[in-house]
Amino acid sequence: MKLKVLAILTFVSMLTALYMIFLYAPRETLQGDAMRIFYIHVPLAITGYVSAFLLFIGVVGFLRTGDLKWDRFGETAAALGVAFISAQLITGSLWARPIWGPWWVWDSRTTLQLVLDLIFIAYFMLRSYLPDPQKRAKLSAVFGLLGMIDVPMNYLSIYLFRTQHPQPVISPGGGGVAPEMALTMTASFIAVGFLYAYLFNRRLAIAKVEEEVDYLEQVMLAHE
Amino acid sequence: MTLSVKRGEFLALFGRNGAGKTTFLKIVATLVKPTHGRLRIEGIDIREEPEQARRRIGFLSHNTYLYRDLTPIENLRFFGRLYDVQDLDDRIHQLIDRVGLQRRASDPVRSFSRGLHQRLGLARVMLHDPSLILLDEPYTGLDANAVDTLNQMLDEAIAAGKTIILTTHDLEQGLRSASRAVIIDRGKIVFGGSAGDPATREAYSQYIRVGVTP
Amino acid sequence: MKSMSAIIFKDIVIEMRNKESITSMLMFGVLVLVVFQFAFETTNVERELLAPGTLWVAFSFAAILGLNRSLAMETDNDCLQGLLLAPISRGDLYLGKVASNFIFMMIAEVIVLPLFVVFNNLDFNVKLLEVAGIACLGTLGIASVGTILSTISANTRIKEVMLPVLQIPLTVPVVIASVEATREVLTGDTRGISSWLYVLAGFIIVYLTASYLVFEFAVEE
Repeated sequence: MKLKVLAILTFVSMLTALYMIFLYAPRETLQGDAMRIFYIHVPLAITGYVSAFLLFIGVVGFLRTGDLKWDRFGETAAALGVAFISAQLITGSLWARPIWGPWWVWDSRTTLQLVLDLIFIAYFMLRSYLPDPQKRAKLSAVFGLLGMIDVPMNYLSIYLFRTQHPQPVISPGGGGVAPEMALTMTASFIAVGFLYAYLFNRRLAIAKVEEEVDYLEQVMLAHE
Repeated sequence: MTLSVKRGEFLALFGRNGAGKTTFLKIVATLVKPTHGRLRIEGIDIREEPEQARRRIGFLSHNTYLYRDLTPIENLRFFGRLYDVQDLDDRIHQLIDRVGLQRRASDPVRSFSRGLHQRLGLARVMLHDPSLILLDEPYTGLDANAVDTLNQMLDEAIAAGKTIILTTHDLEQGLRSASRAVIIDRGKIVFGGSAGDPATREAYSQYIRVGVTP
Repeated sequence: MKSMSAIIFKDIVIEMRNKESITSMLMFGVLVLVVFQFAFETTNVERELLAPGTLWVAFSFAAILGLNRSLAMETDNDCLQGLLLAPISRGDLYLGKVASNFIFMMIAEVIVLPLFVVFNNLDFNVKLLEVAGIACLGTLGIASVGTILSTISANTRIKEVMLPVLQIPLTVPVVIASVEATREVLTGDTRGISSWLYVLAGFIIVYLTASYLVFEFAVEE
């Protein structure tokens, strides 16, 4: 039931946001239509950090209680993190090339997102080589903890680096923020937020079923 | 599984492969955390004071936990420091003589045969004078001399008031000096009795040989 | 404290006997420096800007080799279990291993450093000591993370390959800070160096503490 409600909300809000992004928001003075991607990108970037935070909660929860439901929670957050951040990086690159020129810009935001993506991917790679569920949960929780502690330190060092070696930064343009833009950005945030919540709940439910299947498999094997 | 072992008892633990003997020993040795239940060794709860408990435990498994690049003396000196053993050098020489390694005492362990490994492993276990000695299938791969040395040392330990828990597949060796025998299957105790009791041998044939669980 | 020094002493004796760890780290470090010379043909001025990067690439990868060797020593014959049986807390065990890993890495780095100066036609002056000091901090950062990560990766089938996958993303702050600080020392423009040193110090404190607290989860069966 909850899932259906979320699905509808997501659908509706995404349609609204897309309409607003492409048709409602005015053309930006300096960068033209190229600006429109930021309405999606800024919320996507935030979801990366939200995922990091949720993974942190998941690993702390697991290390304190040993209950596998926290492991599932953390793993789902990480999975969405990889998906959303990778989507952002790839679409950003594809957009940037025809519009601005370079395939990739090493500014602070993209670098941070890339490193975070790598940490999430490493998390999954570690898990894929640990067949026992308890051990997998425990060891990936330790790595997850160390990885998420790293996020603020990465933030600090990459920002410091960029202050000392400035690069042309590609960011939402300069000509002031019209009220329509602010509204569009808000709508976009809401849409991405619902999308995230919907996908999170869906994936969590799937993970629970997967685990039950694994457990039944183990029981069957033990009885042979 | 609920089990209590009195001081000075020699308990032989039997079970088929996978019954949980090694896991049980590892839990007692504090290497594995139990999912539920409590464990006390000489009144010390292993969850509250694991280090105090470990001081009193000696554990020997097929892996001898010895550093191959070091000599027996260096290995024992290292473990002696970890356990804060008093009069370390004397004790080391005592034990090396006891297990018959005098001539190889300054050779790196890398060059040792399995039997010599086991002897040094035994010395390592006894080094800190543990009150509880845990042995996981200690007779596997030992030659007759080593078996005799092991049995003698276990007898000496019992005479000195130590407690021993030993797992093995070998019924005769297991019952030789044991005072009590327990058989486990799939993590549960299915039989307990004194070692000399013929019922023990019957139970062994029933559970281990035929291997049927109701 | 006594048990930690026992661990460090034991590791030193083993290393002196087989010399595997330091020689492989050394060889690797030198090779990386050499390869980078071919990769970047530069003038002297640019050299001062690029050199710190090549130095820290060499150090990072040599460190991974060293960590893997250190771990192999403990998994051989299941020696780690022997350590876990001893009346030493898991956290203290961790610190002991960090200390011995740090020592071996520093020994290799101290030998690589003069070669670095020679290859890059730099001067042997006080700056070298400062670079060495930065190397101490950076190496301690790498050792603090690497020790616990190598214990984790040992549980996987691909062991040694898993370690760099886990370690490199996590040591990004250490590498950035070390390279930048070294660059400032070499070019003489040290206005921003204190922030980098704070980053390094912060990293070390945070990771030593966090790993000390969770190390037991990494070694439990």
